[in-house]
Amino acid sequence: MKGTRYAACVAASALALMLPAMPAGADATAEGIAKYREALADGNPAELWEMQGEELWRTARGPKNASLEKCDLGQGPGVVKGAFVTLPRYFADTKRVQDLESRLLTCMETLQGIPADEVAKTPFGKGEQKSIEALVAWISAESRGMKFNVPTSHPEEKRMYEIGKRAFNYRGGTHDFGCVTCHGEDGKRIRLQDLPNLTKGPDAARGFGAWPAYRVSSGELWSMQRRLNDCFRQQRFPYPLYGSDVTIALSTYLGVTANGAGESTAPAIKR
Amino acid sequence: MNSTLRNTALALATLATVAGCAGGRPSAEQQAAYDRDTAEVMARSFREQGIVKTDRLQQDEVMAACSKHGHAIDDDLRDRIQESAMAAIKWPSDGNYLGDWKEGEKIAQSGRGLTWSDKAGDPNGGNCYNCHRITKKEISFGTIGPSLYQYGKLHGNTEATQKYVWGKIWNPNAYTACTNMPRFGAHAILDEQQIRHIVALLLDPKSPVNAE
Ligand code: HEC
Ligand code: HEC
Repeated sequence: MKGTRYAACVAASALALMLPAMPAGADATAEGIAKYREALADGNPAELWEMQGEELWRTARGPKNASLEKCDLGQGPGVVKGAFVTLPRYFADTKRVQDLESRLLTCMETLQGIPADEVAKTPFGKGEQKSIEALVAWISAESRGMKFNVPTSHPEEKRMYEIGKRAFNYRGGTHDFGCVTCHGEDGKRIRLQDLPNLTKGPDAARGFGAWPAYRVSSGELWSMQRRLNDCFRQQRFPYPLYGSDVTIALSTYLGVTANGAGESTAPAIKR
Repeated sequence: MNSTLRNTALALATLATVAGCAGGRPSAEQQAAYDRDTAEVMARSFREQGIVKTDRLQQDEVMAACSKHGHAIDDDLRDRIQESAMAAIKWPSDGNYLGDWKEGEKIAQSGRGLTWSDKAGDPNGGNCYNCHRITKKEISFGTIGPSLYQYGKLHGNTEATQKYVWGKIWNPNAYTACTNMPRFGAHAILDEQQIRHIVALLLDPKSPVNAE
């Protein structure tokens, strides 16, 4: 089992070296991507992160030398299965709506004594952010194939949905871009990259429900926070703070839009 | 992040919005409260990075109107946006619209500029291929905007077309309020000389847009 996973990972890195970062020959790029999908259909390298994540969840760590096994992701302490497709949601202990990543920060701080502010300031792919990447891979995988069911009954959830909708349509910066510019219509592309229409259920489920994802072009596992971060970069916006309310509101809007419309495939494999 | 402060702010904001909430579609007051909450959330969720400062979040009238109404703006507002955009277009200082299409192609290809991973002083690209088909040869093109392939052949390399394409690149809202296309001239993404080159790319009969 471990062997096949490893082989798939090696194959992925080998292919990654072959794929140009910027599409030089469009045909070659499209073909390359199709090949990846085939080659990796039964061996997404995200599995390596999943395995690490499961181990991290159970390992006693941090100043308090505790595991995350008592972490409440919304389904009760320690319940991981099904949690991913019901996030973001309102948490009574923090009195805020939290997405998976901001919730993990809370658990790491309260259970393990790892300061949330410091993890939030750590660059993606470094230090404790690496732990978060592994954890989100495993936690999301435990909801694979389940339909989104992000709650809106608490007034705070409803409020974050409404803020998310407005943030999605918020156009600004040098280019007048908002999320809606690139994700507001069916069947559009930037260069050769398909853009999901995130204002509609099926595309929202496909697009939102794919992240965290293994990114072939960088060989990294990107969390949803990182996905949003890079879209804000392309939007020419300033830098969104990790776990900030705008990111949680956007995820609430996308998740609620995806409700009932499709199943989670995260952690998926992407370009 | 100071979470105690933030929680207090949130709790206050919640009180403001929950009051009068009876389920179903939010009332006008509630919508206004959500608008205020959004402004507050936007203001505290970002920091500057590299060349990008948080003033990028400030909206002018066009951004605010287009964020609110999308493409479904009423006629009055549309006329107002288009007229003021048109009045502010800077036409070429020497009356010459056409530059070198080869330079134009490079600018159309480049998607660089003005993100936090770009450096100050690096020339900005036009991003045109991100959204438009332009030449026959380049098949890696986006579809957010219409195809511009054979643009000059279809519309003629007349002064009227040159003026339209210049104006469109300078500020597309002059013709289509709340378009998805950036205001390249008005927002100083591209300079006069760069725009001349791109107009040539679209209209010069020798440009591959028209010759191939
Ligand atoms: C200038 C264009 C642009 C803007 C603006 C933009 N995005 Fe994206 N987005 C992309 C592209 C291109 C991709 C494809 C992913 C890739 O391979 O890089 C993408 C991918 C995504 C995905 C994953 C979809 C999938 O199918 O995997 C989500 C979710 C997303 N964007 C959300 C947002 C949100 C929310 C905003 C606003 C904060 C936003 N985007 C703004 C260009 C943009
Ligand atoms: C983010 C997307 C986007 C980018 C980038 C973009 N455009 Fe556009 N463009 C559009 C859209 C959408 C339309 C159609 C709506 C409109 O007319 O404004 C359009 C329309 C046009 C038209 C008018 C076509 C007609 O027949 O009336 C021209 C000319 C044009 N673009 C040129 C350019 C050039 C040149 C560049 C690069 C400097 C560019 N565009 C960059 C989205 C974009």
